[in-house]
Amino acid sequence: MTADVTLDVEGVADPSRTGPALEVTDLQVEFRTRAGLAHAVNGVTFHVDAGETLAILGESGCGKSVTAQAVMGILDSPPGFVTGGQIRYRGKDLLKMSEQQRRAVRANQIAMIFQDALSALNPVFTVGFQLAELFRKHRGMSRAEGRKRAVELLDLVRIPAARQRVRDFPHQFSGGMRQRVMIAMALALDPEVLIADEPTTALDVTVQAQIMSLLAELQRERQMGLILITHDMGVVADVADRISVMYAGRMVEQAPVHEVYARPSHPYTKALLESVPRLDQKGRQLSVIQGLPPTLTAIPPGCAFNPRCRYAREECRQPPVPPLYEVADRHASACHFWQEVRQDD
Amino acid sequence: MGRYVIRRLLQFVPTVLGAMFVLHYLTSVAIQFTGNPVRAIFGDRTPPQSVLENLTRRLGLGDPCLEQPFNPCFSLFGKRLDAIFLHLDFGTDFNERAVTDIVAGALPHTARLTLIAILFELVVGIIVGVLAGLRNGGFWDYLVKVSTVLLIAVPVLVLGLLVRDFVNVKFGNVLRGVDGMPELISRGFFAPTWSSNHPWASLLMPGLVLGALSLATVARLTRASLLENVRADYVRTARAKGLASNRVVGVHTLRNSLIPVVTFLGTDLGALMGGAVVTEGIFSVPGIGRQVFAAIFTGETTVVIGIVTMLVLVYLIASLAVDMLYAVLDPRIRYD
Repeated sequence: MTADVTLDVEGVADPSRTGPALEVTDLQVEFRTRAGLAHAVNGVTFHVDAGETLAILGESGCGKSVTAQAVMGILDSPPGFVTGGQIRYRGKDLLKMSEQQRRAVRANQIAMIFQDALSALNPVFTVGFQLAELFRKHRGMSRAEGRKRAVELLDLVRIPAARQRVRDFPHQFSGGMRQRVMIAMALALDPEVLIADEPTTALDVTVQAQIMSLLAELQRERQMGLILITHDMGVVADVADRISVMYAGRMVEQAPVHEVYARPSHPYTKALLESVPRLDQKGRQLSVIQGLPPTLTAIPPGCAFNPRCRYAREECRQPPVPPLYEVADRHASACHFWQEVRQDD
Repeated sequence: MGRYVIRRLLQFVPTVLGAMFVLHYLTSVAIQFTGNPVRAIFGDRTPPQSVLENLTRRLGLGDPCLEQPFNPCFSLFGKRLDAIFLHLDFGTDFNERAVTDIVAGALPHTARLTLIAILFELVVGIIVGVLAGLRNGGFWDYLVKVSTVLLIAVPVLVLGLLVRDFVNVKFGNVLRGVDGMPELISRGFFAPTWSSNHPWASLLMPGLVLGALSLATVARLTRASLLENVRADYVRTARAKGLASNRVVGVHTLRNSLIPVVTFLGTDLGALMGGAVVTEGIFSVPGIGRQVFAAIFTGETTVVIGIVTMLVLVYLIASLAVDMLYAVLDPRIRYD
């Protein structure tokens, strides 16, 4: 094995990998459907630095997956359209690039792990083929070279007997092993930013922990910026550096992870944390957030969370949408009454 | 896989025997009601009783059970099985030409015809289906949807006659009147009926007619299945891998979309053989279909049974091959 092969696959930390790798500013995505215009993402702003983990938290339908797909440029279009904002990778706006330039960024610089590996892997090709394809199409390698790299990748994500298993099809792997294949596929070209869209929801709890620690370890080794999209508060606490909480297509709170747990400053974040089952409250009724998230075709005026919020007042029901108030160092909340929320405990 | 193939081959035995018995019974009942078909050889002359009886016996129709309505004639069936399977003797027609010779002469024409039809329906059907699927809701999609409905609605018999009269005869006559028109075109592709001078070229139109109905089905299947697959998660993954859209559609989507098309192909082979009887009749192609057709009219039961038995075998082998192909296309299918 040559030195360069080792470097590429082991992913030795690149010294140039510092500072913000991906910056998303005021991103807007809408879906033009027969039922009307759905505002899936309404001005989302976040950034992720090399070697950092940003968790994007929110319930189903809040726009987290759509944000990820918009960043990757794989929105189903129509009906989905990016209508505003910027997505900058290392300063270059991806939205201004040609389709061909964008394609070169995918997998090379920004890669993505999907939720359900069984449906996200092509059922009729071997995992070896699907991994080798990346090297063949992006690096111009031969089939044999690509297959060799595929074996190395499966080794990297600790799939036993990698040499034999490259010849297997996705359905021949267990759920956890399939998700490892997904991770291997995302890491193949050594991207600088990795977007993981609920990477562990389809797995059982013990396997979840293994996958998360593998992901965290590979991220540290390679100094990747990791965007972890999830609705699982438990997963976030362990691995994230910063958290962005999303509601109805907007960021409602952004803060370092310990800050969020210690002093949540948005009523939605607070309610989310209260609804996590806790051992010391065993036997008591679980706390829930009343009501449903708004339909994206009819988001309420003012603060989108107001119909479900126990702090809501007249001001919250009127436009404009509350801006992100700086509530502490690196901590922002989009609530007019954040001081009240913070004091309340 | 090996065990599966053996099991399928064993299943051939009851299928072939069953098909043969049905054929035997139907032809026997036909003779029991319409009388000895051998008389037809003599036209309106009445042959001496002894000559007729001699000839009837020689042609294997001397069994008295053929004069008793609805008698299944088991002993005759036994004799037929014995001749075919133990002596590989498929019998003769009334001119004492061996059925195997008839088949050997006719089979190449039918094989060519079916090949043209299959190539046409697969190549054009898949291309058109993919085009319609990618342009879902657009002009091409509607054009394909409307034209395939038309093709499916028109029976092969009608389509065949229309094509023969308007394309091969009328349009062909115009071509044949043009000076310097290559013979391959005027008397080959557009020959009014099949011509032995252009055994391939003059099968083009009959082949297109034969494949037209299945072409419509293939196009619709491909379109529907492609539409189902373009939104699949693995297609999204393929795009996230930064692959060119040609590869995303041509490799990742198409491979999955073709699985139902291959399934259809298995059953379609039977339909093509049935359609060949009609198409060969319309375009006077001296293929298997025409031989069967003629033999049914003259009551040459040995010919009917011999040829149809061989067709049953061809169909069984072809559908086994398609099932094997199916497993190659979709690795999730296991035969054990």
